[in-house]
Amino acid sequence: MQKLLLAAAATAAVGVGLSACGGPKEPPAMVRLDGSSTVYPISEALGEEFQAAKGARVTAGLSGTGGGFKKFCRGEIDIAAASRPIKKEEMAACAAAGVEFIELPIALDALAVIVNPGNSFVDCLTVDELKIIWAPEAQGKVSSWKQVRSSFPDVPLKLYGPGTDSGTFDYFTAAVNGKEGSSRGDYTATEDDNVTVTGVGADAGGLGYLGLAYLRENAGRVKAAPIRQANGSCVSPSVQTARDASYQPLSRPLFYYVNKRQADTKPDVQAFMKFAFNPVESEELVGEVGYVALPAEAYVLAEKKFEARRTGSFFGGGSKIGVTAQQLLADAQAPAQP
Amino acid sequence: MSIDVPMGTSERAASAALVRKMRRQDVIFAVVGVIVLVLVMSLLMALVIDLVHDGIGRINYDFLTHFPSRRAARAGVFSAWVGTTLVMFVTAFLAAPLGIGAGLYLEEYAPKNIFSDIIEINVSNLAGVPSIIYGLLALGIFVYMLGMGPTILVGGMVLALLILPIVIVSTREAIRAVPSGLRESAYGVGCNKWQVMWNYVLPSARPGIITGVIVGLSRAIGETAPIITIGALTFIAFLPESPVQGTPPFVNFDWLQSPFTVMPIQMFNWISRPQPAFHVNAAATGVLLLAMTLAMNGVAIFIRYRLRRALKT
Repeated sequence: MQKLLLAAAATAAVGVGLSACGGPKEPPAMVRLDGSSTVYPISEALGEEFQAAKGARVTAGLSGTGGGFKKFCRGEIDIAAASRPIKKEEMAACAAAGVEFIELPIALDALAVIVNPGNSFVDCLTVDELKIIWAPEAQGKVSSWKQVRSSFPDVPLKLYGPGTDSGTFDYFTAAVNGKEGSSRGDYTATEDDNVTVTGVGADAGGLGYLGLAYLRENAGRVKAAPIRQANGSCVSPSVQTARDASYQPLSRPLFYYVNKRQADTKPDVQAFMKFAFNPVESEELVGEVGYVALPAEAYVLAEKKFEARRTGSFFGGGSKIGVTAQQLLADAQAPAQP
Repeated sequence: MSIDVPMGTSERAASAALVRKMRRQDVIFAVVGVIVLVLVMSLLMALVIDLVHDGIGRINYDFLTHFPSRRAARAGVFSAWVGTTLVMFVTAFLAAPLGIGAGLYLEEYAPKNIFSDIIEINVSNLAGVPSIIYGLLALGIFVYMLGMGPTILVGGMVLALLILPIVIVSTREAIRAVPSGLRESAYGVGCNKWQVMWNYVLPSARPGIITGVIVGLSRAIGETAPIITIGALTFIAFLPESPVQGTPPFVNFDWLQSPFTVMPIQMFNWISRPQPAFHVNAAATGVLLLAMTLAMNGVAIFIRYRLRRALKT
């Protein structure tokens, strides 16, 4: 018995040694996605259906947008999923490694500002009021609704939101406070948006922000605060208002960044992109996992952009707030960048 | 104080009072102990029961044999439990021989000098290093420097590194607990050092060593951070190559090079999704993870029991 165990262990050890010394193998034939956890449900849905339809293997990870770009620029993955545009440093890293990319919007997401369902005084918040609440200067000072607008009652303001690692945090702070990552720190920060829902649902003076999908799943427990638009209208977050770009500035595009070389050399990557930009399939899949599909013509144009292999970023390394599907669509139609 | 000396009445009363006081303290301590025990156990039980209550209904054959899916009702943990099993296999095969060897060396062979003291202190400290540090180490060395990629082999290696200090420390303690009479008798009948180690010290330390290995593996099975750090996947809808094949040499090790996911990653992904149905999936995954840990412990207890009987006869 003991001898047998020993022999088994030795065999296994030799096997481990051999396969470890086998050297780097050629990359297996599969489509490799990684990146934002916000975009992950979309990748999962597309991967599932693509694998069922075409039999090609798809893998997806959740390294976060930044982690995804790191791997992408090292050439370890074919497609980076991102909840914000690529940054300057990331573009430089990609350029240094000789990785060219095609930037494609895959869906829209809207951020909802949520309040307790029993909150009767919040009718329509302006972005300036959100800034009063969330600005770094508000830390320790703004603690009552009355300070936000003098007509509000003197109810304690309890804040909930995502932690600093989240793309949602990045986008919200950029849209509201004007600078990405600039926010007060004295709120209940959590990586699990369900905690935000529970907190705001239990707190009469609670306020928080999260992705539209969480609002839709918890419709009775919290309610969305409508946002005053530049034209004076009062718009609530919904699939419709995100899609027609009337809900601003808290709706954002989600992206796929495709490695151009892999797209040229790997037929599976090409087939996957074609599959992802099929307007009928995509609309259904994207909607099913809680996000907002782009208008159908945007998918057609995105596919055209992919076919033309138009590389580079529309955002030039920065982040633009309130970019609509229409503008991204115009980008897809624009002539190739020199 | 001697028993021969007769005690006066007052002395007798004083000592009786002292005994009563001591007994009272005993009772108070026991009561407090029981209260703490009940409190902690009921907290733990509440957590486990809540998890089981949420998740047990979801566990069925389909859940075990389906890949992840966007539809909670169709999603399963096939790739996750296969991944966890294979990674634990690699971890055990690496951590056990290395850890036991190192423990044996440090306890029985190493000269007692400043270097072995430094190593000893470092090994003990390594047991307290946060797991994400091991993940970063593995990412830097195995994945980037050696270009091994986020494979099952690397996953097993990082977890093996993580539990190595636990295995080493418990091996040393188990060896230290072996009565020195046993060693001396073995030397007395003419055994050399290796024969003493292999035939006497290791077998009688085995229960303690196995316990240490299992404690380590039970920690490793729940680890998420280092596995995510090395770049393990979340969505993977195919299995690694089978370790056995129909043609000679009948075993292959291609599965070691396969991408993978593990149960804690799947659970983490599901718990942070907005749809409540995914939270049920996460609870079910938690129950399965508990069951896998229990099964692992069960195997260890069984082995220990068998070996102990073998040792006695």
